[in-house]
Parts: sequence; structure tokens; C-alpha cells
Amino acid sequence: MHLMYFTEQPMAAYPADKGLEFGATALMFSNKHFDPVAGSRLYNEYLEQYIYAEEQGVESFMLNEHHNAPFCMQAKCNIFASILAAVTKKANIVLLGNPLPLAENPVRLAEELSMIDMISKGRLVSGFVRGGGQEQLANGVNPAFNRERFEEAHDLVVAAWTREGPFRWEGTHYQHRVVNPWAVPLQKPYPRVWIPGVLSRETIVWAAKQRYPYIALNTSIEATKAIWKIYDEVAAEMGYESGPENRGYLHQVHVSDSEEKAEKNARQFMWMQGEFTGLAHPVWSSPSGYFSPEHRRQFVEFAVGRAVSPRGRPTFEKQVADGRILYGTPKTVIPKLRRVLEETRPSIYGLWGNDGTVSPADARTCIRLLGQEVMPAMREIGKELGLTDPFEKNAPVHYKYSTDLKRMPQAAE
Amino acid sequence: MTTGWAESEVKLAGESLYFMRAGRGRPVLVLHHDIGSPQRLPFYDALARRFDVIVPHHPGYGRSARPQWLRHVRDIAVIYQWLLADLGVERCSLVGLGFGGWIAAEMATMAPAAWHRLVLVGAMGLKPPEGDIFDQAIVSYLDYARAGFHDEVAFARVYGEVSTDQLEAWDICREMSFRIAWKPYMYSQTLPHLLGGVRAPALILCGEEDKIVPVSAGKRYAALLPKARFETVPRAGHLVDMEAPDELARRAALFIDEN
Repeated sequence: MHLMYFTEQPMAAYPADKGLEFGATALMFSNKHFDPVAGSRLYNEYLEQYIYAEEQGVESFMLNEHHNAPFCMQAKCNIFASILAAVTKKANIVLLGNPLPLAENPVRLAEELSMIDMISKGRLVSGFVRGGGQEQLANGVNPAFNRERFEEAHDLVVAAWTREGPFRWEGTHYQHRVVNPWAVPLQKPYPRVWIPGVLSRETIVWAAKQRYPYIALNTSIEATKAIWKIYDEVAAEMGYESGPENRGYLHQVHVSDSEEKAEKNARQFMWMQGEFTGLAHPVWSSPSGYFSPEHRRQFVEFAVGRAVSPRGRPTFEKQVADGRILYGTPKTVIPKLRRVLEETRPSIYGLWGNDGTVSPADARTCIRLLGQEVMPAMREIGKELGLTDPFEKNAPVHYKYSTDLKRMPQAAE
Repeated sequence: MTTGWAESEVKLAGESLYFMRAGRGRPVLVLHHDIGSPQRLPFYDALARRFDVIVPHHPGYGRSARPQWLRHVRDIAVIYQWLLADLGVERCSLVGLGFGGWIAAEMATMAPAAWHRLVLVGAMGLKPPEGDIFDQAIVSYLDYARAGFHDEVAFARVYGEVSTDQLEAWDICREMSFRIAWKPYMYSQTLPHLLGGVRAPALILCGEEDKIVPVSAGKRYAALLPKARFETVPRAGHLVDMEAPDELARRAALFIDEN
């Protein structure tokens, strides 16, 4: 099992009443409410927590980024990744991930990631995301070309990592006279790429075609199983058998030394009114052209308030009941995690430990208990259940490096 | 009074393009807004009583298919030149409504001597010297369409109880607008330098209560086009053709018929 510690790195010091008053906490919620003094303190606290996590036995950090919203302070995950590459020693740095369509210059992104991989001495996992709708608007990137840019930027980054330069790139969205970065990844053929997502079928299919692990972000057990069904079918079509090494999961799990304290802190997973990407107008989170045309009808009704969000806004109690939020002491939480592992069989597991205004002391307690008790138990369960992660399995970094493909049916048959 | 509109589809630049045509007289090409167009409008009927009126649905909007390759509003202008050439229409007048006004202005610059009259109504396409073109990306389809009207009653008269089909149609329009006019949003940085060659007399109209395109953009068109007249329409917002159809048709017709 590959176990990661994650936090959204909330800008917890923003005035929540102002967010409620404005009716949104993303994109258009004014940055006049951002206090850089509190920001400075929080950035440093979060860095210290990652360093502490490594000391407590956490083997991997998961980092992400968002823009124009208090729910996540990390505006460029490569910045924290760079710092952690230098100040930590062993933990993997898992970026889930860089929003590829936001890159105006994917070659520069490839350089940054190569530098992180070299500075960390090969500890980088370079996940990529499409980025939410708000991220496109916050960065002036055309949402209608989001998926095209995602796929082309990916191809260009991988080419910059693996092809001997100089070469030329004449694509649809990217054109480069000279691609010849004097920084290439330490890991060969290139750092592992994992793809996180929530519900978009196209992304699951794309990940399976690349043979990249797909990381389901806080989905219910049933939704997670539906994702694996799609992934497994595509894998079979591609001639390989998918397994735990292709599956990841991010789970909101807060542990503490008492049930009461754990529940109190777990309620902080709802601090952004239950919307983990911030309260936003539907047309900000899903601008036209961003979502799949098959969801158009459902979405337009949602956008004008005639239907509920396709993602839903479940209450704390509902999310606890369906297992999306777990809390308790290690003793009570571990059996619940076992059930998720048994039912969905992922080998990559992100534990989203702290959110909202959980105090630094309680956050450290959570990290300590995760690192010293919960994660070791999960590793044992993982072994028992055969949840071999991509590193342990030495799984191919990409489909094209597969050596185990079943013979594909011939066209004439 | 109903007008007999003939509907056609032609294949241009690889995709199907839909247009309606009615009336007799001087040819007039009417170019609709970025929110598409209701199938029938009193404004179209009023024009068709005096002219040979052609109302296409822009590529990627309404009943016209989306060319995946289309990247710029100027591409639409070229497709319409192609359409008029295929139809054998010459000395056409262009009536451009909002976003359609931008397309009309691009067409005018491409063939400076080809046109009889140019009527731009709340036209996009130029960076307004004062204010910005309203960004539809941050409001819902319904709120954007509503913002096009000065009077809520006029919105209800045109769109009534908005159906889910209409919402979907607006989303498709919006997606196409993003594909071709995302950045800079709804204007061209080169168009102002090219308008000086246009020979046709131009009537530049703005709704006095336009919340979508600042009136300053209209004044800029009037300053850049050599033979332009600037007028405003009182008690009308951006969608003048829907809010004050008779008044707009009357002014446009007078101008097109002027010698």
C-alpha cells in the first residue's frame, strides 16, 4: 500500500461570515478578505506539519492546488513540492496535481517537475488534473478547450521528459520552436503519473488508456466501485488486467485521542458549507464547454436552480453514514478503513486528515496517530488483501511500457 | 401578419449551416446575438415586409452545426461571405445585432466596397473606451439573457417560461462564444485599424439602457467608420431587436432605403 497524508491547506483565518454574506467562497469572493499575516503563519504551519508527518512515519505527501478560494491556500503545488523536496528526506511527493490546461507553457512545467524530481532524489509522483471550472476562469483559460489542452499538454510534458532534444512541437494548442529543456527527470522513463478525479467518465477512460492509476476523490463506496468498473473494462480492451495498482482513493479521515474530539474536528470537513471546492455559482464550477455534453441537460437545470448539483451537497451525517467521512480513535477507525479496503481494493490511499479550523495541536495529534498507528495497520491489511501498489509491483509507468499485454484480437478474426 | 419564411441548410466549410429567408427587395443579411435567436421575431418579420431578408444561425449556434476547427469570429465572417457568394447575393446590407454586429463589421472590412448599408446595433467587436463588455461567464444563462433587456416585461414577452431546451440552446451558444471569443473577450484588437476602408454608409445604434455593451463602443464604431451616423434607442437594453422591434425595423429600413 502507498499511503499519503493530505490536507487542503485551508486559509482558515478568512472571515467566514463574509463568505456567507457574499454567498460564495470561490472565484469572486474578494481577496480583500485574505490576511497575509495569517497566510504567512499558516503556510509555515502546513510546512511544519509535513515535516512532522515524515518524522511520524508518513511515507508520502499528497499536494494539490486551487485558485481564488479560501478552502485551499496552495496556489502552485510545485512551490510546496520544491520546498519539501529539499527539507524532507524519504517521503514521496505526490502532486495530485498540476492542472495541465492552465499551463500556457507545458515545457516550463516539465522543467519544474524535473527539478523537483532531481532535488528530491527521485521522490516525485507527478499527477495531473483538468482543474475545476473556477480554476479556468481564475486563470483566464478557455474552458471549452480544457480537455484538449489537458491531453496535449500531457503529451508535450512527457515528450519533454523522454525525447532527446532539441525537437519541435507543432500542436493544436501548443507550438514550440525548440523543446530542449536542460532539466530532465531523475526517475526513468519518467516519474509516475497518477490521475485524480471525481465523476468525469472521460478522465477515467483516458487514465485507463494510459495505464495511469486513477485516484477517486472522496467518492462513496458505490461510486468508487462504478469508477473501477469503467477502468477495468477499458483496461481489458487495452489488453491488460487492472488491479489494486491502478486504483487510488482519497478519504476524509480525522483521528484523535478521543471520539468526542475526533467528531468535533471531523465536522471541520464541512467548514466550507460542505462544498470542498468552495461555494461557487454552478457556471463558475462548470463553465460551458468544460463538462461533458452528455451532462448538459442536467447541468443547465442545476445552473438556474431547477435541479440539485450532480455532485450533491450531502450533510455531515450523510457523509459519515455512507463512509465518506471517517472519524474516531485509531482503534475505531481502522476497522472502518479495512472495510473500504476490502470493498474497493485500492493500493494508493490518501488520508485527508485535517481541514478548516482544526487547531495546530490537534492537527499534529491526528498526523501522529495516522503515522504511528493507522498507517501501519493499513499496511498490514494491505499485505493481507494483496493490495500491491505500483512501486511494489514495478508496474509500467505508462501503457507503452507494458510487457504483459494480452494478444489483442486481430481485425480479421 | 405572418411572413412566409423558407428554411434551408447548406454545407459550407465542411458543416451544415442553417438559414431562413423571406421577403422581396434589397437583400439584407441579419446576424443574431451571442445567445442565438428565437426561431421567429417580429423584428425579422418587419424587415421582411420591405426587404429580401436572410437570417442564418451562426456556425455552432442554434440549428447550424459546430465546426470544431473554428477559432475566431472572423472565420464566421468568411463563412457568410461564402454563403452570400453561393446565393448570388450582391450589394447586400448587413444588420448586425450585438455579437452579430461584430461579425458584420468584420465582413465589411473584408470587402470594403461590397456593401449597400451597414447597421450595427449594440455591436461587440471593439474594446469599449469606457467600461467593459459584460462577461457572461460569471452569470447563469437566464441572468445573462435577462441582462440584455431594459424591461423585464419584454424578456417575458420574448422568452416566456424558459424551457430546459432553451437553457441547453443557450449553453451551446455560450460554449461556441467561448471557443471563438474567449480572449480578448468579445472584441478584436485588429478590427479598429481596419474599419477605415469601409465604403458603405453605416448606422450605429445603441439601446440607451444597454447593460451588455457600453455605449462608448458604439461611439467608437461611429468614429472609426468613414460614413457613420450614431443614434440611440430610448427605453431599450442590449437586445434592441427584441425589446423595440418596430422602432428598430423602422430606423433600419429608412436607412437602408435612403439614397
